[in-house]
Amino acid sequence: MAYRFDFSSLADYTPVLVQGVATTVGLTLIGGVLGVGIGIAGAAARSSGNAPLRFAVGSYVELIRNTPFLVQLFFIFFGLPSMGVRLPEWQAAVLAMVINLGAYATEIIRAGIDATPKGQIEAGASLGMTGPQIFRYIILGPAMGKIWPALTSQIIIVMLGSSVCSQIAVDELSFAANFIQSRNFRPFEVYFLATALYLALAVALRWVLARLGDRMFRGGARV
Amino acid sequence: MSLADQSVSPSARPLVKLSNIRKSFGSVEVLKGVDMAVQEGQVVAMIGRSGSGKSTLLRSINGLERIDDGVIEVDGECVDPSQIDLRALRLKVGMVFQQFNLFPHLTAGENVMLALKVVKKQDKAACRAAAEAALSKVGLGHKFDAYPSQLSGGQQQRVAIARSLAMAPKVLLCDEITSALDPELVNEVLSVVRQLAEEGMTLLLVTHEMRFAREVCDSLVFMHGGRIIEQGPPAELFDRPQTPELAQFVGMVEAR
Repeated sequence: MAYRFDFSSLADYTPVLVQGVATTVGLTLIGGVLGVGIGIAGAAARSSGNAPLRFAVGSYVELIRNTPFLVQLFFIFFGLPSMGVRLPEWQAAVLAMVINLGAYATEIIRAGIDATPKGQIEAGASLGMTGPQIFRYIILGPAMGKIWPALTSQIIIVMLGSSVCSQIAVDELSFAANFIQSRNFRPFEVYFLATALYLALAVALRWVLARLGDRMFRGGARV
Repeated sequence: MSLADQSVSPSARPLVKLSNIRKSFGSVEVLKGVDMAVQEGQVVAMIGRSGSGKSTLLRSINGLERIDDGVIEVDGECVDPSQIDLRALRLKVGMVFQQFNLFPHLTAGENVMLALKVVKKQDKAACRAAAEAALSKVGLGHKFDAYPSQLSGGQQQRVAIARSLAMAPKVLLCDEITSALDPELVNEVLSVVRQLAEEGMTLLLVTHEMRFAREVCDSLVFMHGGRIIEQGPPAELFDRPQTPELAQFVGMVEAR
């Protein structure tokens, strides 16, 4: 095997790679924030006393968790236009990621909510707090603290899964890699670099989320 | 003898009035029509074996247990089984629990301030002042910034008492508040309760601390099988029990 590695040929494509990384980070940031937001709302709904709402959210969670992300993405991007909803690639990708993470986050956060000692809820109620106040001030913080490591892993899975969005021509990192290797015919070098970049992004994201968790749910993690 | 007309003029309206309270868990009736009245400033302990319904009765007074029948009246706030809005009632009734139930992600001070902020909508400075005063009252002014995990059980329970007191309730319910404590920590909590009693706070306790009940309470209520079967001044109940159930209970606890 006399293959000669040539990473220098990638230099010309630096702007493409930078764009790819930026798009991946952007998708993850927006998808992560909105997805966790939906997760909190979904978990609150699943813990509520409203049976139809619980059923609706439960159906959403099971639908998303039991179908592939690629199909969900294709449904939004190729399927919805038949219903008159035509989204640009980027928006379709964000929507798919938000819906996907929202379902997993709902289940993860609900586990944290279920772990709240009943006595703390009673203490809040006996102080005259309303249900929503108890959720916001007593339940949510410690619940998020408890499940934060699991949620962090899920957010990273969604970031890595965003590579699937290359299939609808979103110019994220995998799309950039595919594009470059089709031009310079250096798939090993290109995918080696893409792999390294994903790894670096995942490690960095895990670090950032760990710091964020410490700051936001200080006491919660300690119990 | 009736609880309502002890040491207070009969014309005074009771602060807490329970009429015909009934409650079942499934097919088991745990409260079988309980009537009870507590005057302002009275300290009343509910005693009885476990399963006699005393904790359930206490918890029904601030709506933590939904009653099936009867009426609960606290300082003019009426609650019947429909229990539509309990918040007005809960502003008048404080509660301290066996397991403390402090919020673990908040400091002692924040535990006390939370309801002042979100329920009473007091501003920051007022919340802080009230919390500092309440914590000082239970001897924990210096623990304002400590988290519950950094406090002993006795200290946690005193913070829980401060948290209830800060809301300025008309009556404080204490549900076996020393039962989860190591023996050497019981007294620091009881002395806080004793101090509250001396200051004229209306207190309703479920307790197994018979000596404390005897020394501090104006009146005892003995529950058995979901009913109040004897009530009156502690000395009378302990020394001259009228029913075999109470005689047996007194014998049991005094043998310990």
